[in-house]
Amino acid sequence: MTFRKYLVLVGVAVFSSAGDSLLARGMKDVGGVSLHHLSSLILAILNPWVACGILLLLAFFASYMAALSWADLTYVLPATSLGYVLVALAARFGFHEAISPTRWLGIALITAGVGFVAAGPSHTTSPQHLNRPEPVSRETSS
Amino acid sequence: MKDAYTWAAIAFIILASTTGDVLLAHAMKRVGDVGELWKQRGLLKVVNRIFATPTFFLGLLAMAVAFYSLLFALSWGDLSLVVPASASLTFVANAFSARLFLHERVGRRRLLAALLVAGGVALMAI
Repeated sequence: MTFRKYLVLVGVAVFSSAGDSLLARGMKDVGGVSLHHLSSLILAILNPWVACGILLLLAFFASYMAALSWADLTYVLPATSLGYVLVALAARFGFHEAISPTRWLGIALITAGVGFVAAGPSHTTSPQHLNRPEPVSRETSS
Repeated sequence: MKDAYTWAAIAFIILASTTGDVLLAHAMKRVGDVGELWKQRGLLKVVNRIFATPTFFLGLLAMAVAFYSLLFALSWGDLSLVVPASASLTFVANAFSARLFLHERVGRRRLLAALLVAGGVALMAI
């Protein structure tokens, strides 16, 4: 694992939580969507919060794809949950909002889970069963 | 009755997003390390190879289904149930699916981590 790879994982965490937050904010403006008015789901994209949220989620998707190309799914996924911790800490120390004991417990559980996975190897599968078309590099990546 | 619909929506979101994650992870493992590939062959080769992988588009389709069903469920479902339940249970479903379909070595450490993260995410999202 290089510094750049850790940076990609940080991108996964930051972009997913920021994107989700903006999307949730935008959907509050859009209001209820029913099966009879599915067009409002498409028009929701015109809301600036939803649009910015989708842009950030695209950045999340790019970094998520990059991470999945060199690490296991079960290694990358916990990183996405770090976003919840970042949002909570930003609210606590940036905006001086109170964090309930339940949320502190959530932060502790996520951090412990991510720490557990990060302490182990990032890649455990062998490339044989994937029928990769041609090798990327002669060097073995960590 | 509304509860049954909400749980059906949650189950559908978990199924779609786990399917998407597994397919995308499979596709990207076939593509190989994009950082190395970009350095050696350029960005165009990276894009070409990703677009030549059918499971990438299937994964994308499953992710789009998960995204829109979440958006749909959020607009009428119980927010305090839909978000934590679908987000946290997806971690557990993914751990089992990665072991089964991607042959990842999900030992006690990673399974415990998935459960911890799932519990934490549920608490944060409530």
